[in-house]
Amino acid sequence: MADGVKPRVKAPKKAAAGEAVTLKTLISHKMESGQRKNKDGSLIPRSIINRFTCEFNGKSVIDVTLEPAISTNPYFEFEAVIPEAGELVFTWYDDDGSVYSDSKKVAIG
Amino acid sequence: MKFKQMTAIAALALALPTLSLADADDDKLVINGELELVTKTAAPAHLDGALDEIMSGWHFRDDQTQAMEMDDFDNPGMLGVEAALDAWDTVDGSEGKSCASCHGSAEESMKGVRAVYPKWNEAAGEVRTLEMQINDCRENRMGAEKLGYTSGDIVNMVALITLQSRGMPVNVAIDGPAQATWEKGKEIYYTRFGQLDLSCASCHEQNYGNMIRADHLSQGQTNGFPAYRLKNTKLNSVQDRFKGCVRDTRAETFKPGGAEFTALELYVASRGNGLSVEGPSVRN
Repeated sequence: MADGVKPRVKAPKKAAAGEAVTLKTLISHKMESGQRKNKDGSLIPRSIINRFTCEFNGKSVIDVTLEPAISTNPYFEFEAVIPEAGELVFTWYDDDGSVYSDSKKVAIG
Repeated sequence: MKFKQMTAIAALALALPTLSLADADDDKLVINGELELVTKTAAPAHLDGALDEIMSGWHFRDDQTQAMEMDDFDNPGMLGVEAALDAWDTVDGSEGKSCASCHGSAEESMKGVRAVYPKWNEAAGEVRTLEMQINDCRENRMGAEKLGYTSGDIVNMVALITLQSRGMPVNVAIDGPAQATWEKGKEIYYTRFGQLDLSCASCHEQNYGNMIRADHLSQGQTNGFPAYRLKNTKLNSVQDRFKGCVRDTRAETFKPGGAEFTALELYVASRGNGLSVEGPSVRN
């Protein structure tokens, strides 16, 4: 696992049924491209987040493939329609096999 | 015919008022939809004859970059603040103390601190920056190793301390015992350095609002520091930025943490007296 990785999500606690809400996510991550070298000249192994997904009650909201050109601390902002009360699950997949996730409950009201 | 057209176009171009693309805009900086900051105000008295109005560098950035600073969630500088919050409570050094052991919660004890720094320290008999003060605490009270003057850890800590003063006007003292240091900083500000023969004033006083190659020249205010720069994706300290500027004039730079840059930091901060403390800001 890379150092200092922490997922963050901003989602409303409440939404009207059928409302499209804005979700913001940011994960602190180095996004090591695999092109850089150490002081001793050896290659720093690639470690980027290659996939990001968001699910609502098991249904896919968004599924993103990330490439090495994407910046440090990748940030996503997108909308999701909330048909019923439930839980949003956000997952980030790292090249090194680590999986980071966060979840937010959304109530109807 | 063709020649006539060309001259007509040239004449038209000359007749148009010269609109500079890099001018400061008139947007309002409101953070999280609630905290409105002073980003333009009358220049402090000591700038009489040099500048009429002082402006935060925020006005010189484009709308997308500005928007990142208007919401703490979007501001990547807050990642540094979070890291520093952990460090604040972490015991380090031979005395078994953390920052919190003496200072309690940063939200209370550090309120208003950044607004008056760099500041004269009576016991040490010198003007001190926040970084110097942090390292003094670490060495003498915690018995811990000093942090590198522009290292990530210390910049994060400065960002945490700065955040507690956000919205308060910058108000560094330039008279009394700090005056000699301030005069020295002023002299450096107006001295030309490097093969390009540029002083700070050449760009930031005489040419703010113009382009320098592909970038916009601001007034070089330090109220937004530490600044998260999109170009290097980290928080940058004031003196690190000074170093970058002096290097760009193709001069040997002063050492961050040295007497010259500390004097300059005090002087440049005083040029922003009246602007809100804005850090950690987002710049490109």
